Amino acid sequence: MHELSIVASVVDSVTESLAAYPGARVLEVRLRVGALAAVVEDSLQFCFGIAAEGTPVEGARLVVKHLPVTMYCNACAQTVELEGVQSFRCPRCGELLSDLRQGRELEIESIEIEEAPARVGIEVTP
Amino acid sequence: MTTRIIELRQGILKKNDELARGLRDRFTSAGVLVLNLVSSPGTGKTAFLERTLRELRARGACVAALVGDLETDNDARRLAASGAPVRQINTHGICHLEAEMVSKHLDGWELDGLDYLFIENVGNLVCPSSYDLGEKIRVALLSVTEGEDKPLKYPTLFNSADAAVITKIDIAEPCGFDRATALNNINEIRPGIRVFETSAKTGAGMDEWLTYLAAQRGHAAS
Repeated sequence: MHELSIVASVVDSVTESLAAYPGARVLEVRLRVGALAAVVEDSLQFCFGIAAEGTPVEGARLVVKHLPVTMYCNACAQTVELEGVQSFRCPRCGELLSDLRQGRELEIESIEIEEAPARVGIEVTP
Repeated sequence: MTTRIIELRQGILKKNDELARGLRDRFTSAGVLVLNLVSSPGTGKTAFLERTLRELRARGACVAALVGDLETDNDARRLAASGAPVRQINTHGICHLEAEMVSKHLDGWELDGLDYLFIENVGNLVCPSSYDLGEKIRVALLSVTEGEDKPLKYPTLFNSADAAVITKIDIAEPCGFDRATALNNINEIRPGIRVFETSAKTGAGMDEWLTYLAAQRGHAAS
């Protein structure tokens, strides 16, 4: 199970992207995960809480968008969506397919943050 | 409080992918063909690789290997008996190899002098599929003792492979191995993939495998 190292990378990347927003809190992290990415959402969710602890990502929701496998079928001259990953045949014509168009994604799509309130007034050091 | 959405659109394994791309460029410019061997524990990756290294050396090729395991350097010692330079990568619990581990263990090796570099991954059919190691060819191995439906159970790995190797065919019969079903299952998951039916013990199928390697090296060099 490599989900912990995957979410640890997510937390690192998100934390790096916060450099321009000092003091911001992350509300939501949105991932895109293809059906061939070999990761399990339950395990991602479980590990995410652990990996986020003590970072600006702590407390954020993890939203996973699952992407089905799509492949190009020469016989049908179009991209088709597979129902699962047990057979790589065109659901329309039954042809075996090898031209993968989608399904291996393992990406951070976006994050939603709450920015720190702007400081008002002048700070005086006693 | 203002909330804001920041589009990141970046690969989660971006760092690994970038390192792997760098490695691939190094391998290509050095003219070395790199293969990543992936299977379950016990498929016989090491025995298959021992025979491959021995036979390639007998044919005058310069070969080297990196071998990944959680613990012990047993496999490196077995492989080194072939006379090839071999380094063990101990992951200490990590279930797959990453590009950085490969990069570190190449320190001090003259890649220019090599014809083939084999990377034997940690025995695991799930996690290694996500990690590019900069290889040219990913090889999925499956033994006759494992069941013909392995490719259906682990489609993510088999679908990402460039070649498949069936090992231990010398004991196919007593195992009741159904060859036609196994070949059909591999083809359902990775249509058109080259499949080699081999035995590290008897040497069956090795000629075909070595011929394939030489042809692939030819492509890599051109």
